[in-house]
Amino acid sequence: MRRLFGAAAALVLLAGIGVAVFVAWPRPVPSPSRSSEIGGPFALIDQDGRLVTDRTFLGKPTVFYFGFTYCPEACPTTLGHLAVWMKALGSDANKLNVVFISIDPERDTPAKLKAYLSAYDPRFRGRTGSPEAVAAAAHQFNVFYNKVPLQGSDYTVDHSTTLYLMDAQGHFVEPIGYDEDPKMALASLKALVGA
Amino acid sequence: MFTLRSAGRTAACTLALSCLSVAANARDYAFGELKITHPWTRPTPPSAPTAAGYLTIVNRGKSPDRLIGGSTPAAGKLEIHQMSMTGGVMSMRPVAGGLVIPAGGSVSLAPEGFHLMLIGPKHPFRPGEHIPVALTFEHAGTVKLNLEVEQPADTGGAMPGMAMPGGHMDMH
Repeated sequence: MRRLFGAAAALVLLAGIGVAVFVAWPRPVPSPSRSSEIGGPFALIDQDGRLVTDRTFLGKPTVFYFGFTYCPEACPTTLGHLAVWMKALGSDANKLNVVFISIDPERDTPAKLKAYLSAYDPRFRGRTGSPEAVAAAAHQFNVFYNKVPLQGSDYTVDHSTTLYLMDAQGHFVEPIGYDEDPKMALASLKALVGA
Repeated sequence: MFTLRSAGRTAACTLALSCLSVAANARDYAFGELKITHPWTRPTPPSAPTAAGYLTIVNRGKSPDRLIGGSTPAAGKLEIHQMSMTGGVMSMRPVAGGLVIPAGGSVSLAPEGFHLMLIGPKHPFRPGEHIPVALTFEHAGTVKLNLEVEQPADTGGAMPGMAMPGGHMDMH
């Protein structure tokens, strides 16, 4: 009797594992490309205070970066690189949108973003919004950020430093990492604008 | 081969030191046992809430010293921070308890590591400008020096309308 019970229990356990495996097993996602992983709908405020969505600038490829103006190093370095690459692209740079989404919307107002970004390249566009709207946008790009309190009421924000290259239809093409070789990065941007 | 090469290097260094002592002095500072070399910062856009300062501190003394803080008339606050990158995520933290400069050793404040965090620059930093800072050490006391506003070698701080180092990338 005890044996029978043991066998039944084992059977139940096996069935359970079977169900768990079935549920957890990765199934092919019905999508034509990797585009379903990165990017998606968002609604934010631009550097002029206008409502913009992920669809506002479709028709041109876009480079997205998530950062904040209080960032002392990673963001100035990346924006500096982007400014140099825009120059190197020449007139092809006009075929590209560059969008900087603030992951510090509490401090980065549209006006602050505009002044900050235009010093690098007046074509750079800023995005901010409510903390919830920014979180939703970051989620679409699998971007990590985390507000970290410092002394007093001060804080900093840890954040991903990747550039996301999207095509004219808003599909993810490839990332450019923080330490990417500038020549490789420029080649990626040239390919993106079809230069 | 080794001896020849090192002899050549020594000769070149001696020559460079004697020839460039004026240029070196413009950027390097000596305060007792401490030597501070190449203090610099990036140009900043208007409304930039922060700027990072970099330098190397050499301790030629027999006991360690500690960089515990500082100030600058060019910004609201000066702190010592550390940036780190983990899996593409940038983190930045104040350095707790100061930065130890070991006896006979040196510490570099450089991109992707330690830096002076200038919080609330009072004006945009322009290339060629000198930003005065005062750094306080546990033993050496407070020393004054200038951060030179420079484009980093990798063009990372490049901004339109500003002189950029040539030869790095073909630009037309």
